Amino acid sequence: MTAVTYAFRSYEFWLAQYRRVWRGTIVTSVVNPVFYLGALGVGLGTLVNKSSAPPGGVSYAHFVAPGLLAAAAMQIGSNESSWPVLGSFKWTRTYLAQASTPLGPGTILAGHQLWVVSRLLTSGAIYMAVIAAFGGFHSWLGVFALPAAMLTGMAFSTPFAAYAASIESDSAFVAINRFLIVPMFLFSGTFFPVSRLPQGLELVAYATPLWHGVDLCRGLTLGTIGAGLAAVHVVYLLALGVAGLAAARITYSRRLRK
Amino acid sequence: MVDVSEQTALIHARGLTKQFGDLVAVDGIDFDVPRGQAFGFLGPNGAGKSSTMRMIGCVSPPSGGALRILGLDPVRDGAEIRSRLGVVPQEDTLDFELTVRENVVIYGRYFGLSRRELQERADRLLEFVQLDERAGSKVEPLSGGMKRRLTIARSLVNDPEVLLLDEPTTGLDPQARHTVWDRLFRLKQRGVTLVLTTHYMDEAEQLCDRLVVMDKGRIAAEGSPLELIRQYSTREVVELRFRTEPPSDLATRIDGLARRIEALPDRMLLYTDDGDATADRVHELGLHPQSVLVRRSTLEDVFLRLTGRTLVD
Repeated sequence: MTAVTYAFRSYEFWLAQYRRVWRGTIVTSVVNPVFYLGALGVGLGTLVNKSSAPPGGVSYAHFVAPGLLAAAAMQIGSNESSWPVLGSFKWTRTYLAQASTPLGPGTILAGHQLWVVSRLLTSGAIYMAVIAAFGGFHSWLGVFALPAAMLTGMAFSTPFAAYAASIESDSAFVAINRFLIVPMFLFSGTFFPVSRLPQGLELVAYATPLWHGVDLCRGLTLGTIGAGLAAVHVVYLLALGVAGLAAARITYSRRLRK
Repeated sequence: MVDVSEQTALIHARGLTKQFGDLVAVDGIDFDVPRGQAFGFLGPNGAGKSSTMRMIGCVSPPSGGALRILGLDPVRDGAEIRSRLGVVPQEDTLDFELTVRENVVIYGRYFGLSRRELQERADRLLEFVQLDERAGSKVEPLSGGMKRRLTIARSLVNDPEVLLLDEPTTGLDPQARHTVWDRLFRLKQRGVTLVLTTHYMDEAEQLCDRLVVMDKGRIAAEGSPLELIRQYSTREVVELRFRTEPPSDLATRIDGLARRIEALPDRMLLYTDDGDATADRVHELGLHPQSVLVRRSTLEDVFLRLTGRTLVD
Protein backbone atom coordinates (compact mmCIF):
# COMPACT_ATOMS: atom_id res chain seq x y z
CA MET A 1 0.00 0.00 0.00
CA THR A 2 1.11 3.54 -0.66
CA ALA A 3 1.37 6.36 1.86
CA VAL A 4 -1.81 7.85 0.39
CA THR A 5 -3.76 4.63 0.96
CA TYR A 6 -2.51 4.47 4.54
CA ALA A 7 -3.54 8.09 5.10
CA PHE A 8 -7.07 7.18 3.98
CA ARG A 9 -7.06 4.24 6.38
CA SER A 10 -6.36 6.65 9.21
CA TYR A 11 -9.07 8.95 7.81
CA GLU A 12 -11.52 6.04 8.08
CA PHE A 13 -11.14 6.13 11.84
CA TRP A 14 -12.35 9.75 11.99
CA LEU A 15 -15.20 8.94 9.66
CA ALA A 16 -16.28 5.95 11.78
CA GLN A 17 -16.18 8.07 14.90
CA TYR A 18 -18.14 10.88 13.22
CA ARG A 19 -20.93 8.48 12.33
CA ARG A 20 -21.78 8.40 16.04
CA VAL A 21 -22.09 12.16 16.47
CA TRP A 22 -22.99 13.54 13.04
CA ARG A 23 -26.58 14.43 13.92
CA GLY A 24 -25.50 17.04 16.43
CA THR A 25 -23.00 18.69 14.11
CA ILE A 26 -25.36 18.72 11.13
CA VAL A 27 -27.93 20.64 13.16
CA THR A 28 -25.29 23.22 14.13
CA SER A 29 -24.03 23.38 10.56
CA VAL A 30 -27.50 24.26 9.27
CA VAL A 31 -28.85 26.28 12.19
CA ASN A 32 -25.78 28.51 12.57
CA PRO A 33 -25.77 29.92 9.02
CA VAL A 34 -29.54 30.47 9.06
CA PHE A 35 -29.49 32.19 12.46
CA TYR A 36 -26.41 34.33 11.77
CA LEU A 37 -27.59 35.43 8.35
CA GLY A 38 -31.11 36.01 9.61
CA ALA A 39 -30.09 38.04 12.64
CA LEU A 40 -27.17 39.98 11.14
CA GLY A 41 -27.97 40.08 7.45
CA VAL A 42 -31.67 40.71 7.66
CA GLY A 43 -32.20 42.05 11.20
CA LEU A 44 -29.16 44.26 11.71
CA GLY A 45 -28.94 44.77 7.95
CA THR A 46 -32.14 46.81 7.82
CA LEU A 47 -30.50 49.38 10.11
CA VAL A 48 -27.16 49.31 8.28
CA ASN A 49 -28.69 49.64 4.83
CA LYS A 50 -30.66 52.74 5.95
CA SER A 51 -27.71 54.66 7.39
CA SER A 52 -24.55 53.80 5.45
CA ALA A 53 -24.77 51.01 2.93
CA PRO A 54 -21.74 48.68 2.50
CA PRO A 55 -19.26 49.44 -0.31
CA GLY A 56 -20.39 48.54 -3.81
CA GLY A 57 -24.01 49.17 -3.02
CA VAL A 58 -24.77 45.56 -2.01
CA SER A 59 -27.17 44.77 0.81
CA TYR A 60 -25.65 44.10 4.22
CA ALA A 61 -26.88 40.50 4.12
CA HIS A 62 -24.95 39.86 0.94
CA PHE A 63 -21.92 41.66 2.35
CA VAL A 64 -21.79 39.75 5.63
CA ALA A 65 -22.66 36.27 4.25
CA PRO A 66 -19.26 35.41 2.66
CA GLY A 67 -17.55 36.86 5.75
CA LEU A 68 -19.48 34.45 7.94
CA LEU A 69 -18.62 31.60 5.59
CA ALA A 70 -14.90 32.30 5.99
CA ALA A 71 -15.18 32.88 9.74
CA ALA A 72 -17.04 29.58 10.21
CA ALA A 73 -14.26 27.81 8.28
CA MET A 74 -11.70 29.40 10.63
CA GLN A 75 -13.61 28.11 13.63
CA ILE A 76 -13.95 24.58 12.28
CA GLY A 77 -10.29 24.47 11.21
CA SER A 78 -9.00 25.65 14.57
CA ASN A 79 -11.39 23.55 16.66
CA GLU A 80 -10.89 20.29 14.78
CA SER A 81 -7.11 20.55 15.12
CA SER A 82 -6.84 21.65 18.74
CA TRP A 83 -8.61 19.42 21.29
CA PRO A 84 -8.97 16.41 18.97
CA VAL A 85 -5.23 16.48 18.18
CA LEU A 86 -4.04 16.85 21.76
CA GLY A 87 -6.64 14.30 22.85
CA SER A 88 -5.43 11.76 20.33
CA PHE A 89 -2.01 11.92 21.96
CA LYS A 90 -3.09 12.17 25.58
CA TRP A 91 -6.67 11.15 26.32
CA THR A 92 -8.09 8.79 23.72
CA ARG A 93 -4.52 7.90 22.61
CA THR A 94 -5.82 7.11 19.14
CA TYR A 95 -2.56 8.28 17.57
CA LEU A 96 -0.54 5.96 19.83
CA ALA A 97 -2.65 3.00 18.69
CA GLN A 98 -2.21 4.03 15.06
CA ALA A 99 1.53 4.56 15.49
CA SER A 100 2.05 0.93 16.49
CA THR A 101 0.62 -0.19 13.13
CA PRO A 102 2.22 0.41 9.71
CA LEU A 103 0.90 3.99 9.87
CA GLY A 104 3.65 6.54 10.47
CA PRO A 105 3.50 10.08 11.91
CA GLY A 106 3.07 11.53 8.41
CA THR A 107 0.13 9.32 7.44
CA ILE A 108 -1.49 9.76 10.84
CA LEU A 109 -1.30 13.54 10.42
CA ALA A 110 -2.49 13.37 6.81
CA GLY A 111 -5.47 11.18 7.75
CA HIS A 112 -6.58 13.63 10.42
CA GLN A 113 -6.14 16.68 8.17
CA LEU A 114 -8.08 14.93 5.39
CA TRP A 115 -10.85 14.59 7.90
CA VAL A 116 -10.74 18.35 8.61
CA VAL A 117 -10.92 18.96 4.85
CA SER A 118 -14.10 16.91 4.60
CA ARG A 119 -15.64 18.66 7.63
CA LEU A 120 -14.89 21.99 5.93
CA LEU A 121 -16.37 20.70 2.70
CA THR A 122 -19.69 19.58 4.19
CA SER A 123 -20.29 22.53 6.50
CA GLY A 124 -19.07 24.95 3.80
CA ALA A 125 -21.48 23.42 1.30
CA ILE A 126 -24.36 23.92 3.74
CA TYR A 127 -23.31 27.57 4.20
CA MET A 128 -23.18 27.99 0.42
CA ALA A 129 -26.72 26.64 0.11
CA VAL A 130 -27.99 29.08 2.75
CA ILE A 131 -26.20 32.00 1.02
CA ALA A 132 -27.83 30.97 -2.25
CA ALA A 133 -31.22 30.91 -0.54
CA PHE A 134 -30.56 34.50 0.60
CA GLY A 135 -29.67 35.39 -2.99
CA GLY A 136 -26.11 36.19 -2.00
CA PHE A 137 -24.33 35.12 -5.19
CA HIS A 138 -23.77 38.02 -7.59
CA SER A 139 -21.45 36.14 -9.92
CA TRP A 140 -20.70 32.65 -11.12
CA LEU A 141 -17.29 33.13 -9.48
CA GLY A 142 -19.21 32.51 -6.27
CA VAL A 143 -18.83 28.74 -6.63
CA PHE A 144 -15.14 29.23 -5.84
CA ALA A 145 -16.06 30.64 -2.45
CA LEU A 146 -16.37 27.04 -1.20
CA PRO A 147 -12.76 26.01 -1.96
CA ALA A 148 -11.68 29.47 -0.77
CA ALA A 149 -13.39 28.92 2.57
CA MET A 150 -11.87 25.44 2.83
CA LEU A 151 -8.44 26.89 2.18
CA THR A 152 -9.08 29.46 4.91
CA GLY A 153 -10.02 26.67 7.32
CA MET A 154 -6.89 24.67 6.48
CA ALA A 155 -4.69 27.75 6.97
CA PHE A 156 -5.83 27.58 10.59
CA SER A 157 -6.06 23.82 10.92
CA THR A 158 -2.49 22.77 10.13
CA PRO A 159 -0.70 25.36 12.33
CA PHE A 160 -3.09 24.45 15.15
CA ALA A 161 -2.29 20.75 14.68
CA ALA A 162 1.44 21.54 14.75
CA TYR A 163 1.02 23.45 17.99
CA ALA A 164 -1.39 20.98 19.62
CA ALA A 165 1.09 18.15 18.97
CA SER A 166 3.77 20.03 20.91
CA ILE A 167 1.93 20.78 24.17
CA GLU A 168 0.88 18.84 27.25
CA SER A 169 -2.10 20.82 28.54
CA ASP A 170 -5.15 22.23 26.80
CA SER A 171 -5.20 25.44 28.84
CA ALA A 172 -3.55 27.43 26.02
CA PHE A 173 -6.44 26.69 23.65
CA VAL A 174 -8.82 28.84 25.66
CA ALA A 175 -6.36 31.74 25.64
CA ILE A 176 -5.73 31.37 21.90
CA ASN A 177 -9.43 31.37 21.27
CA ARG A 178 -9.97 34.44 23.42
CA PHE A 179 -7.02 36.51 22.23
CA LEU A 180 -6.64 35.43 18.60
CA ILE A 181 -9.71 33.73 17.19
CA VAL A 182 -12.43 35.91 18.69
CA PRO A 183 -10.68 39.25 17.90
CA MET A 184 -10.09 38.03 14.33
CA PHE A 185 -13.74 37.01 14.07
CA LEU A 186 -14.81 40.51 15.16
CA PHE A 187 -12.22 42.77 13.49
CA SER A 188 -10.97 41.03 10.31
CA GLY A 189 -13.64 42.27 7.96
CA THR A 190 -16.37 39.73 8.61
CA PHE A 191 -18.90 42.31 9.80
CA PHE A 192 -17.57 45.62 8.42
CA PRO A 193 -14.79 46.70 6.03
CA VAL A 194 -11.47 46.91 7.86
CA SER A 195 -11.02 50.38 6.32
CA ARG A 196 -13.38 51.59 9.07
CA LEU A 197 -10.77 50.64 11.68
CA PRO A 198 -8.21 53.19 12.98
CA GLN A 199 -5.14 53.25 10.70
CA GLY A 200 -2.85 51.13 12.89
CA LEU A 201 -5.44 48.46 13.54
CA GLU A 202 -6.37 48.41 9.88
CA LEU A 203 -2.82 47.37 9.00
CA VAL A 204 -2.94 44.64 11.67
CA ALA A 205 -6.22 43.39 10.21
CA TYR A 206 -4.68 43.10 6.74
CA ALA A 207 -2.02 40.82 8.18
CA THR A 208 -4.49 38.32 9.68
CA PRO A 209 -5.26 35.13 7.77
CA LEU A 210 -8.97 35.58 8.37
CA TRP A 211 -9.00 38.93 6.51
CA HIS A 212 -7.46 37.23 3.47
CA GLY A 213 -10.06 34.48 3.68
CA VAL A 214 -12.97 36.90 4.13
CA ASP A 215 -11.84 39.23 1.36
CA LEU A 216 -11.33 36.31 -1.01
CA CYS A 217 -14.74 34.74 -0.30
CA ARG A 218 -16.49 38.10 -0.51
CA GLY A 219 -14.78 39.08 -3.75
CA LEU A 220 -15.90 35.77 -5.23
CA THR A 221 -19.56 35.79 -4.14
CA LEU A 222 -19.94 39.46 -5.17
CA GLY A 223 -17.88 38.96 -8.32
CA THR A 224 -15.71 42.00 -7.57
CA ILE A 225 -12.27 40.42 -7.08
CA GLY A 226 -9.36 40.92 -9.48
CA ALA A 227 -7.02 38.09 -10.40
CA GLY A 228 -4.01 39.78 -8.76
CA LEU A 229 -5.63 40.28 -5.36
CA ALA A 230 -7.16 36.79 -5.49
CA ALA A 231 -3.68 35.36 -6.12
CA VAL A 232 -2.27 37.27 -3.14
CA HIS A 233 -4.97 35.84 -0.87
CA VAL A 234 -4.54 32.29 -2.17
CA VAL A 235 -0.75 32.38 -1.88
CA TYR A 236 -0.92 33.80 1.65
CA LEU A 237 -3.41 31.16 2.86
CA LEU A 238 -1.65 28.35 1.01
CA ALA A 239 1.72 29.34 2.48
CA LEU A 240 0.27 29.31 5.98
CA GLY A 241 -1.38 25.94 5.43
CA VAL A 242 1.76 24.35 3.97
CA ALA A 243 4.03 25.82 6.65
CA GLY A 244 1.63 24.48 9.29
CA LEU A 245 1.68 21.06 7.67
CA ALA A 246 5.50 20.98 7.57
CA ALA A 247 5.68 22.06 11.22
CA ALA A 248 3.05 19.48 12.21
CA ARG A 249 5.01 16.77 10.42
CA ILE A 250 7.91 17.59 12.74
CA THR A 251 5.94 17.89 15.97
CA TYR A 252 4.01 14.66 15.23
CA SER A 253 7.24 12.77 14.56
CA ARG A 254 8.85 14.10 17.73
CA ARG A 255 5.92 12.99 19.81
CA LEU A 256 5.20 9.62 18.19
CA ARG A 257 8.78 8.48 17.69
CA LYS A 258 10.40 9.47 20.99
CA MET B 1 32.85 -15.13 13.25
CA VAL B 2 29.20 -14.87 12.26
CA ASP B 3 26.84 -14.47 15.16
CA VAL B 4 24.37 -17.31 14.60
CA SER B 5 21.77 -15.78 16.90
CA GLU B 6 21.51 -12.78 14.61
CA GLN B 7 20.12 -15.00 11.87
CA THR B 8 17.94 -17.35 13.89
CA ALA B 9 16.50 -15.06 16.56
CA LEU B 10 13.26 -13.19 15.83
CA ILE B 11 14.56 -10.34 17.92
CA HIS B 12 18.25 -9.76 18.34
CA ALA B 13 19.80 -7.00 20.48
CA ARG B 14 23.40 -6.17 21.29
CA GLY B 15 24.42 -3.21 23.41
CA LEU B 16 20.92 -1.78 22.94
CA THR B 17 20.69 1.67 24.50
CA LYS B 18 17.97 4.29 24.94
CA GLN B 19 18.68 7.74 26.28
CA PHE B 20 16.32 10.61 26.96
CA GLY B 21 18.58 13.62 27.43
CA ASP B 22 20.76 12.77 30.43
CA LEU B 23 18.59 9.88 31.50
CA VAL B 24 19.78 6.45 30.38
CA ALA B 25 16.62 4.35 30.32
CA VAL B 26 18.18 1.28 28.69
CA ASP B 27 21.89 0.84 29.26
CA GLY B 28 23.46 -1.48 26.70
CA ILE B 29 21.47 -4.71 26.92
CA ASP B 30 21.95 -7.97 24.97
CA PHE B 31 19.20 -10.51 24.35
CA ASP B 32 17.82 -12.89 21.72
CA VAL B 33 14.22 -13.99 21.38
CA PRO B 34 13.88 -17.27 19.47
CA ARG B 35 10.75 -18.06 17.45
CA GLY B 36 7.85 -19.61 19.33
CA GLN B 37 9.06 -18.68 22.79
CA ALA B 38 7.42 -16.62 25.50
CA PHE B 39 10.11 -14.17 26.51
CA GLY B 40 9.75 -11.89 29.49
CA PHE B 41 11.31 -8.74 30.85
CA LEU B 42 10.89 -8.80 34.62
CA GLY B 43 11.68 -5.77 36.70
CA PRO B 44 10.25 -2.95 38.81
CA ASN B 45 8.76 0.24 37.37
CA GLY B 46 11.46 2.37 35.80
CA ALA B 47 13.76 -0.57 35.02
CA GLY B 48 13.69 0.22 31.29
CA LYS B 49 11.24 -2.50 30.27
CA SER B 50 8.76 -0.24 28.50
CA SER B 51 11.50 1.68 26.70
CA THR B 52 12.86 -1.65 25.44
CA MET B 53 9.39 -2.67 24.29
CA ARG B 54 8.89 0.63 22.47
CA MET B 55 12.16 0.10 20.62
CA ILE B 56 11.11 -3.43 19.65
CA GLY B 57 7.71 -2.05 18.57
CA CYS B 58 9.54 0.37 16.22
CA VAL B 59 7.96 3.46 17.76
CA SER B 60 11.16 4.58 19.47
CA PRO B 61 14.49 4.65 17.65
CA PRO B 62 17.41 3.15 19.63
CA SER B 63 20.04 5.65 20.82
CA GLY B 64 22.78 3.09 20.34
CA GLY B 65 23.63 -0.56 19.84
CA ALA B 66 22.28 -3.10 17.38
CA LEU B 67 18.66 -4.19 17.09
CA ARG B 68 17.21 -6.54 14.45
CA ILE B 69 13.56 -7.57 14.44
CA LEU B 70 12.42 -10.35 12.07
CA GLY B 71 15.81 -9.86 10.42
CA LEU B 72 15.00 -6.22 9.63
CA ASP B 73 16.26 -2.84 10.78
CA PRO B 74 13.67 -1.06 12.99
CA VAL B 75 14.66 2.42 11.83
CA ARG B 76 14.73 1.74 8.09
CA ASP B 77 12.01 -0.96 7.90
CA GLY B 78 9.79 0.23 10.77
CA ALA B 79 6.51 0.05 8.84
CA GLU B 80 7.30 -3.41 7.45
CA ILE B 81 8.16 -4.73 10.92
CA ARG B 82 5.11 -3.13 12.54
CA SER B 83 2.87 -4.79 9.95
CA ARG B 84 4.04 -8.15 11.33
CA LEU B 85 3.84 -7.29 15.05
CA GLY B 86 0.92 -7.23 17.47
CA VAL B 87 1.08 -4.66 20.24
CA VAL B 88 -0.77 -4.66 23.56
CA PRO B 89 0.25 -1.39 25.19
CA GLN B 90 0.40 -0.82 28.92
CA GLU B 91 -2.54 1.58 28.86
CA ASP B 92 -5.49 0.70 26.63
CA THR B 93 -5.77 2.77 23.47
CA LEU B 94 -9.22 1.55 22.51
CA ASP B 95 -11.70 3.85 20.77
CA PHE B 96 -14.42 4.35 23.38
CA GLU B 97 -16.89 5.89 20.95
CA LEU B 98 -16.84 2.85 18.68
CA THR B 99 -18.33 -0.58 19.29
CA VAL B 100 -16.26 -3.60 20.30
CA ARG B 101 -16.45 -4.93 16.77
CA GLU B 102 -15.65 -1.61 15.09
CA ASN B 103 -12.54 -1.38 17.24
CA VAL B 104 -11.20 -4.55 15.69
CA VAL B 105 -12.27 -3.66 12.14
CA ILE B 106 -10.95 -0.08 12.09
CA TYR B 107 -7.65 -1.21 13.60
CA GLY B 108 -7.39 -3.96 10.99
CA ARG B 109 -7.87 -1.36 8.26
CA TYR B 110 -4.59 0.26 9.38
CA PHE B 111 -2.86 -2.95 8.23
CA GLY B 112 -4.34 -2.68 4.76
CA LEU B 113 -6.85 -5.50 5.23
CA SER B 114 -10.10 -5.52 3.26
CA ARG B 115 -13.44 -5.00 4.99
CA ARG B 116 -14.69 -8.41 3.89
CA GLU B 117 -11.62 -10.15 5.32
CA LEU B 118 -12.00 -8.14 8.53
CA GLN B 119 -15.62 -9.17 9.08
CA GLU B 120 -14.50 -12.78 9.25
CA ARG B 121 -11.43 -12.01 11.41
CA ALA B 122 -13.41 -9.86 13.84
CA ASP B 123 -15.89 -12.71 14.42
CA ARG B 124 -13.11 -15.19 15.01
CA LEU B 125 -11.04 -12.94 17.29
CA LEU B 126 -13.96 -11.77 19.41
CA GLU B 127 -14.93 -15.38 19.94
CA PHE B 128 -11.34 -16.18 20.91
CA VAL B 129 -11.31 -13.52 23.64
CA GLN B 130 -14.89 -14.41 24.66
CA LEU B 131 -16.36 -11.07 23.66
CA ASP B 132 -18.54 -12.25 20.77
CA GLU B 133 -21.70 -11.53 22.77
CA ARG B 134 -20.58 -7.95 23.33
CA ALA B 135 -19.59 -7.29 19.71
CA GLY B 136 -22.24 -4.62 19.22
CA SER B 137 -21.85 -2.79 22.51
CA LYS B 138 -19.75 0.27 23.14
CA VAL B 139 -16.34 -0.05 24.77
CA GLU B 140 -16.83 2.39 27.61
CA PRO B 141 -19.02 0.24 29.91
CA LEU B 142 -16.82 -2.87 29.56
CA SER B 143 -14.90 -4.07 32.61
CA GLY B 144 -11.14 -3.67 32.81
CA GLY B 145 -10.60 -7.33 32.00
CA MET B 146 -12.88 -7.16 28.95
CA LYS B 147 -11.09 -4.07 27.65
CA ARG B 148 -7.78 -5.88 28.01
CA ARG B 149 -9.13 -8.86 26.10
CA LEU B 150 -10.44 -6.56 23.39
CA THR B 151 -7.00 -4.95 23.14
CA ILE B 152 -5.54 -8.44 22.73
CA ALA B 153 -8.11 -9.33 20.02
CA ARG B 154 -7.29 -6.10 18.22
CA SER B 155 -3.55 -6.76 18.41
CA LEU B 156 -4.07 -10.13 16.71
CA VAL B 157 -6.00 -8.73 13.74
CA ASN B 158 -2.97 -8.80 11.42
CA ASP B 159 -2.08 -12.37 12.41
CA PRO B 160 1.22 -11.22 13.97
CA GLU B 161 4.35 -13.33 14.19
CA VAL B 162 5.32 -11.64 17.44
CA LEU B 163 2.97 -10.30 20.09
CA LEU B 164 4.37 -7.57 22.35
CA LEU B 165 2.59 -7.22 25.70
CA ASP B 166 3.56 -4.39 28.04
CA GLU B 167 2.31 -5.21 31.55
CA PRO B 168 -0.63 -7.23 30.18
CA THR B 169 -2.48 -7.75 33.46
CA THR B 170 -1.55 -4.72 35.54
CA GLY B 171 -4.65 -3.32 37.21
CA LEU B 172 -6.81 -6.41 36.67
CA ASP B 173 -8.48 -8.41 39.41
CA PRO B 174 -7.22 -11.99 39.97
CA GLN B 175 -10.01 -13.67 38.00
CA ALA B 176 -9.57 -11.35 35.00
CA ARG B 177 -5.81 -11.94 35.11
CA HIS B 178 -6.29 -15.68 34.90
CA THR B 179 -8.60 -15.31 31.89
CA VAL B 180 -5.96 -13.20 30.12
CA TRP B 181 -3.20 -15.69 31.01
CA ASP B 182 -5.32 -18.52 29.65
CA ARG B 183 -5.75 -16.73 26.29
CA LEU B 184 -2.05 -15.91 26.09
CA PHE B 185 -1.16 -19.49 26.88
CA ARG B 186 -3.33 -20.65 23.97
CA LEU B 187 -1.57 -18.24 21.64
CA LYS B 188 1.75 -19.62 22.76
CA GLN B 189 0.55 -23.13 22.00
CA ARG B 190 -0.30 -21.99 18.49
CA GLY B 191 3.29 -20.90 18.00
CA VAL B 192 2.93 -17.13 18.39
CA THR B 193 6.09 -15.63 19.87
CA LEU B 194 5.22 -13.64 22.99
CA VAL B 195 7.37 -10.86 24.37
CA LEU B 196 6.08 -9.39 27.59
CA THR B 197 7.08 -7.11 30.39
CA THR B 198 5.82 -7.56 33.90
CA HIS B 199 6.57 -6.69 37.45
CA TYR B 200 4.55 -9.63 38.69
CA MET B 201 6.71 -12.65 39.40
CA ASP B 202 3.73 -15.01 39.20
CA GLU B 203 2.95 -13.73 35.72
CA ALA B 204 6.56 -14.29 34.66
CA GLU B 205 6.52 -17.80 36.13
CA GLN B 206 3.19 -18.68 34.53
CA LEU B 207 3.91 -17.45 31.04
CA CYS B 208 7.61 -17.14 30.31
CA ASP B 209 9.85 -19.85 28.91
CA ARG B 210 12.75 -17.54 29.33
CA LEU B 211 13.19 -14.17 30.94
CA VAL B 212 15.63 -11.45 31.73
CA VAL B 213 15.63 -9.63 35.04
CA MET B 214 16.04 -5.91 34.43
CA ASP B 215 17.12 -3.29 36.91
CA LYS B 216 18.14 0.32 36.28
CA GLY B 217 18.34 -0.15 32.52
CA ARG B 218 20.56 -3.22 32.68
CA ILE B 219 20.02 -6.94 32.54
CA ALA B 220 20.86 -8.46 35.91
CA ALA B 221 20.29 -12.12 34.95
CA GLU B 222 18.81 -14.29 32.25
CA GLY B 223 17.36 -17.80 32.14
CA SER B 224 14.20 -19.87 32.53
CA PRO B 225 12.25 -19.16 35.72
CA LEU B 226 13.48 -22.45 37.22
CA GLU B 227 17.10 -21.88 36.24
CA LEU B 228 17.05 -18.42 37.76
CA ILE B 229 15.60 -19.67 41.02
CA ARG B 230 18.11 -22.50 41.15
CA GLN B 231 21.01 -20.22 40.40
CA TYR B 232 20.16 -17.22 42.55
CA SER B 233 18.12 -18.62 45.39
CA THR B 234 17.73 -21.68 47.60
CA ARG B 235 14.99 -24.22 47.27
CA GLU B 236 12.99 -22.92 50.20
CA VAL B 237 12.52 -19.79 52.23
CA VAL B 238 11.47 -19.29 55.84
CA GLU B 239 9.69 -15.99 56.48
CA LEU B 240 9.66 -14.70 60.02
CA ARG B 241 7.36 -11.88 61.15
CA PHE B 242 7.58 -10.29 64.57
CA ARG B 243 4.70 -8.67 66.42
CA THR B 244 6.96 -6.07 68.01
CA GLU B 245 10.49 -4.95 67.30
CA PRO B 246 12.59 -8.10 66.90
CA PRO B 247 15.28 -8.66 69.57
CA SER B 248 18.29 -6.45 68.86
CA ASP B 249 20.67 -9.40 68.82
CA LEU B 250 18.44 -11.32 66.38
CA ALA B 251 20.87 -11.08 63.51
CA THR B 252 23.71 -12.69 65.43
CA ARG B 253 21.45 -15.34 66.98
CA ILE B 254 20.06 -16.60 63.68
CA ASP B 255 23.35 -16.21 61.88
CA GLY B 256 24.32 -19.61 60.53
CA LEU B 257 20.76 -20.95 60.49
CA ALA B 258 20.45 -20.36 56.75
CA ARG B 259 22.59 -20.00 53.63
CA ARG B 260 21.58 -16.35 53.36
CA ILE B 261 19.44 -13.98 55.37
CA GLU B 262 17.56 -10.91 54.12
CA ALA B 263 16.09 -8.39 56.52
CA LEU B 264 13.08 -6.54 55.08
CA PRO B 265 11.21 -3.81 56.98
CA ASP B 266 8.33 -6.16 57.82
CA ARG B 267 9.97 -9.60 57.84
CA MET B 268 13.12 -11.72 57.90
CA LEU B 269 13.82 -14.10 55.01
CA LEU B 270 15.95 -17.16 55.71
CA TYR B 271 17.17 -18.87 52.53
CA THR B 272 17.65 -22.57 53.09
CA ASP B 273 17.36 -25.92 51.36
CA ASP B 274 15.21 -27.43 54.10
CA GLY B 275 12.65 -24.93 55.34
CA ASP B 276 11.06 -27.09 58.04
CA ALA B 277 14.41 -27.91 59.63
CA THR B 278 15.37 -24.24 59.68
CA ALA B 279 12.00 -23.28 61.17
CA ASP B 280 12.50 -25.87 63.94
CA ARG B 281 15.90 -24.42 64.79
CA VAL B 282 14.36 -20.93 65.03
CA HIS B 283 11.99 -22.28 67.70
CA GLU B 284 14.83 -24.09 69.48
CA LEU B 285 16.64 -20.76 69.84
CA GLY B 286 13.70 -19.53 71.89
CA LEU B 287 12.67 -16.89 69.40
CA HIS B 288 8.94 -16.30 69.20
CA PRO B 289 8.00 -14.68 65.91
CA GLN B 290 4.34 -13.81 65.30
CA SER B 291 4.39 -16.08 62.28
CA VAL B 292 6.70 -18.54 60.61
CA LEU B 293 6.03 -19.37 56.95
CA VAL B 294 7.91 -21.98 54.96
CA ARG B 295 7.55 -21.57 51.19
CA ARG B 296 9.34 -22.32 47.93
CA SER B 297 11.64 -19.76 46.39
CA THR B 298 10.14 -17.53 43.71
CA LEU B 299 11.40 -15.02 41.18
CA GLU B 300 10.74 -12.38 43.82
CA ASP B 301 13.61 -13.89 45.81
CA VAL B 302 15.79 -13.93 42.73
CA PHE B 303 15.09 -10.25 42.21
CA LEU B 304 15.78 -9.44 45.85
CA ARG B 305 19.08 -11.29 45.67
CA LEU B 306 20.12 -9.57 42.46
CA THR B 307 19.11 -6.02 43.33
CA GLY B 308 18.61 -5.87 47.07
CA ARG B 309 15.08 -4.59 46.49
CA THR B 310 11.59 -6.05 46.20
CA LEU B 311 9.74 -5.99 42.88
CA VAL B 312 6.51 -4.35 43.95
CA ASP B 313 6.93 -1.54 46.46
